[in-house]
Amino acid sequence: MTATKIRLDALTKRFPGQARPAVQELSLDIPEGEIVIFVGPSGCGKTTTMKMINRLIEPTSGRIFLDDEDVTRVDADRLRRRIGYVIQQIGLFPHQTIAQNIATVPKLLGWDRKRIAERVDELITTVGMDPAAYRDRYPKQLSGGQRQRIGVARAMSADPDVMLMDEPFGAIDPITRDRLQNEFLRLQAEIRKTIVFVTHDIDEAIKMGDRIAILREGSEIAQYDTPERILVDPADEFVADFIGRGASLKRLSLSRVRDIPLGDWPTVADGTDPEQAHRMLAASGRSSLLVLDAQRRPRSWVTAEHLRRADGRPLAEVGLPLATVGPAATLSDTLNEMLTARYSTAVVVDDAGGYGGVVDIDTINGAIRGMRTAEHERPRGDLEPPS
Amino acid sequence: MDFFRYLGSRWDNILELAVEHAVVTALAVALATLIGVGLGMATYDRPRWRQAVVTVASVFLTIPSLALFGLFISVLGLGTTPVVVALVMYSLLPIVANTIVGLREVDPAVVESAQGMGMGRVQRLLRIELPLAWPVILTGIRVSTLVALGIVALGAYILGPGLGNDIFAGLSRISSPNALNLVLGGVLGVVLLAVLFDLFYVLLNRVTTSRGIR
Repeated sequence: MTATKIRLDALTKRFPGQARPAVQELSLDIPEGEIVIFVGPSGCGKTTTMKMINRLIEPTSGRIFLDDEDVTRVDADRLRRRIGYVIQQIGLFPHQTIAQNIATVPKLLGWDRKRIAERVDELITTVGMDPAAYRDRYPKQLSGGQRQRIGVARAMSADPDVMLMDEPFGAIDPITRDRLQNEFLRLQAEIRKTIVFVTHDIDEAIKMGDRIAILREGSEIAQYDTPERILVDPADEFVADFIGRGASLKRLSLSRVRDIPLGDWPTVADGTDPEQAHRMLAASGRSSLLVLDAQRRPRSWVTAEHLRRADGRPLAEVGLPLATVGPAATLSDTLNEMLTARYSTAVVVDDAGGYGGVVDIDTINGAIRGMRTAEHERPRGDLEPPS
Repeated sequence: MDFFRYLGSRWDNILELAVEHAVVTALAVALATLIGVGLGMATYDRPRWRQAVVTVASVFLTIPSLALFGLFISVLGLGTTPVVVALVMYSLLPIVANTIVGLREVDPAVVESAQGMGMGRVQRLLRIELPLAWPVILTGIRVSTLVALGIVALGAYILGPGLGNDIFAGLSRISSPNALNLVLGGVLGVVLLAVLFDLFYVLLNRVTTSRGIR
């Protein structure tokens, strides 16, 4: 169990003129180096809760601890400089260049010019852009996806341990969003920040979260658990409803090809004589063979019919096209490949493109069943903080 | 005497009046900018105060200028001072109103992200909100300047400076040979000043507005 980074203790927020508190007596421990997602229907108080952590909204009662330090009453501006903040609209300063935007917090902290300039270039590179090309541009000259990256770079400028992200990928088209999410997960694997991430999208929560807090009205925690456990073992009806139908399908985006046992398939080298291939096919008891080239890269599926009509052409040219996936592909992506391909078995290739095994519908089914058993057998209560 | 010969013989005098006219206008608009932007910054996020300030500034603008000059004689006497005070009052509304509109139009997400990064109230106002509102504020200052240029001319009525002196001189002896030339010279001078001021503001806008919001 990792150390607790942020502790919320009986946090309550009552807005004037509202009968019910927006957040009621919320207590929550956020472990160091993890992405914790606040997810729930709109108006459940998730954003209010997040904004109390950097005190953009001051709690009515309760306390906030950061690294065991009570920060409920410390100077709010100083506190905020220690916490990265990204919002859906990003809020880049339109009258400042990208470099000036990123330099905001370092300047407030009084870094010298040289250190700031170095940090700015480093961060633009970190988010996958070219400092020389972008440093002096203005936000309006960037695409939505690029602005979002700069928003993240700006939040990381003074290297805060904690980042708060309020629907950071919410206003971006689905394809770019998916790419940015993947990039962010890769980045997080290196930087290991403690991240509080608010979204209303359960699929995003499952994809991005190490831990998910599902909140209902008044920011009451319905369940606080890993995505796997929430999918397999929803705490109550509300959680089950919120996950919605297709929990099994969602689970597929949690495991990756490299985590499951792969199936094997009879292969044949490209250039093999069709007669001989035919005999191999008959001996295999399958309906097709997988053709590999000299580098053991899969090329096509061949059936008996293809072999009959090969007519002296290389095997790789007569067969059916393949669906290939890498070891990092999720089972959800793999299933998608299988469904769109002509032959409903996906071929797994390693990073060099070499044959590694196959995934078919039975493999996927088995993986889901295995996951369900494993999660049920794990004892509850292992998420309690050490006291 | 035709107008061009009149200009030839009187140009140094007209130029002197034009410079006075411009200086008084610039001084009054500068004062109005200080007061107007200050009031706008202080009240833009407080609905009641904001309303009060705009209402008072609007009332100023509805007072007929000749009447105001007349009223000022007993308090401030004659000459430049009452003219400048009146001009400041007339220039206030466009500046204060545009300051309020400009600041209120700043994207709330930008302000929130500034706040979320730990910028204090004053820093936020000076480094983020004011620069973003600046083009709108500058438009207000430009309008005020044009209004003021016209009103300075009336200031000659209470012995104020500027091209109004020629205009009033001409009007008071309308049948004398040079009357029309005096009026025409004064009026054209004011128009020319307006064009020059406008050019100046176009230039100022280029220099002072960030490329990111142009």
